[in-house]
Amino acid sequence: MNDVWKAGLAQLALHVESGDVSCREIVSAALERISRLDGKIGAFLRLRPEAALAEAAAADTARKSGKARSRLHGLPVAVKDIFASRDFETTCGSRILAGFRAPYDATVLERLREAGLVIVGSTNMDEFAMGSSTENSALGKTRNPWDVARVPGGSSGGSSAAVAARFVPAALGTDTGGSIRQPAALCGVTGIKPTYGRVSRYGLVAFASSLDQIGPLTRSCADAALMLGVIAGHDPRDATSYPEPAPNFVAGLTGDVSGLRIGLPRGFFDGEGLDRDTMKRVREALETLQGLGAKTVDVDLPNSAHGIATYYLICTAEASSNLSRYDGVKYGFRARAESLEDMYENTRSEGFGAEVKRRILLGTYVLSAGYYDAYYRKAQQVRTLIRRDFERAFESCDVIATPTTPGPAWKVGELVDDPLAMYLADVYTVTANLAGLPGLSLPAGFTSAGLPVGLQLIGRPLDEVGVLRAGDAFQRHTDFHERVPPAVSP
Amino acid sequence: MRISRDTVLYIAKLARLRLADGEVERMRSDLDAVLGYVESLQKLDTTGVPPTTHVLDIATPKRPDEIARVLPVSEVVRNAPEHTESAMVVPKVLE
Repeated sequence: MNDVWKAGLAQLALHVESGDVSCREIVSAALERISRLDGKIGAFLRLRPEAALAEAAAADTARKSGKARSRLHGLPVAVKDIFASRDFETTCGSRILAGFRAPYDATVLERLREAGLVIVGSTNMDEFAMGSSTENSALGKTRNPWDVARVPGGSSGGSSAAVAARFVPAALGTDTGGSIRQPAALCGVTGIKPTYGRVSRYGLVAFASSLDQIGPLTRSCADAALMLGVIAGHDPRDATSYPEPAPNFVAGLTGDVSGLRIGLPRGFFDGEGLDRDTMKRVREALETLQGLGAKTVDVDLPNSAHGIATYYLICTAEASSNLSRYDGVKYGFRARAESLEDMYENTRSEGFGAEVKRRILLGTYVLSAGYYDAYYRKAQQVRTLIRRDFERAFESCDVIATPTTPGPAWKVGELVDDPLAMYLADVYTVTANLAGLPGLSLPAGFTSAGLPVGLQLIGRPLDEVGVLRAGDAFQRHTDFHERVPPAVSP
Repeated sequence: MRISRDTVLYIAKLARLRLADGEVERMRSDLDAVLGYVESLQKLDTTGVPPTTHVLDIATPKRPDEIARVLPVSEVVRNAPEHTESAMVVPKVLE
């Protein structure tokens, strides 16, 4: 099989089944591309080449004796540096977790392993998933494969760049306010944040627990459905996990969108600060879906205008509480100090980067005496208003379409001194987290400068199949998701 | 000015963060900008609106109180920067 590196998961599974290529050859090709090209991208923080090759060889043996664990057995994936793993260090892009090797595996890693997927390494991210450009990583910068002078988005920027650069066919990311969908859009790949509760968070390093969800970044919606099939489903170790079994995501991809009602939120397509090319590509993508039989209807999401404000109050409050565990006692980095108090302060002051400190401070402030009702409780109430808007909108439509981001990838360094401007990059994505809804981003074309544009589809609670079906139908008739960034071709 | 230098120092103390002199003003003005932005929420009438804490309508699950296997202590303390076979070691708390 030629060009094994270009193929997605579904294609690779077919080729392995027909004997065209072995898992060892696929994993070996992935490792070769990473070692040759990741110097200019910086997607990976850690690699496990020997273990990955051994697992791929074992998969080939198992498949030959009819003992394949799943259709994906032996295929390579990458994971964001945020999941507890007995096999390798987990640092969350932070200095404060340096050297941490978890004594247990996150549920998602267990499930990848049960399906026989081969984890080739872990990918870069904004420290503790706080950021939209991966520039907040304490462990190095990641570049956008479409233009290495630009950011890949974030916080799952390493995972999205690794998939865009064709290092691996799939990677896991996490999404608290857009951290799968935004980098997917900026790197021209497919990414889905499932319904809150669909994928177990056991073993996921917590940022904002009521918003965090794990999901895949892939080349296509069909591959996203395959990955979701592996990681989704109830887990008694996560009390917020949805108790019903996950549906067969792949079987839902019928290619049929006739009669699908796509809701277009008023004001989302002519907003101030929305890039002209981005808006054009998104409108063209909607025309393509209309050509396939979908209908568009106008809907109103008036409280979405308050999404970013609501999000930053809730996520910082939860983060300030979650991150109190990093004190130099139990794991990771410890600064030298004579007293316990000094040890706490020195460890946290030296161990956390600026954005993490900023959010801990904001969160501590909004939770502090006298401010709780005005900020945190208020934000939780506005969150209810945002949810109700969606409930009302879904009475007249099946999915909601928006641009994933207001514009394409920006230059490295361009927004680092303006945290608020960086926060606004998530303006279209945060509401799906606040309302707990599934959100998909898929490639919708390119700007005149050749940068990828993402279309976002938001679905009803638990209706990942609905957004994936629409996205898959679109991808059957377009090739944006198959284009390869010139900087990494071949 | 929505937030003062003293308030920043106070919340930093609550959060067990020590800010360098140069960091204090930077954080103050960043927090000031964000707090200015989120002020728009105050104009919304949320009287009688219940807060959202979990987005799916599921109850907190209960499990039977059974003895289960847990990690051995030596495994749990292994990641502490300083530890013995059975404990994490920290600077002296009591004289």
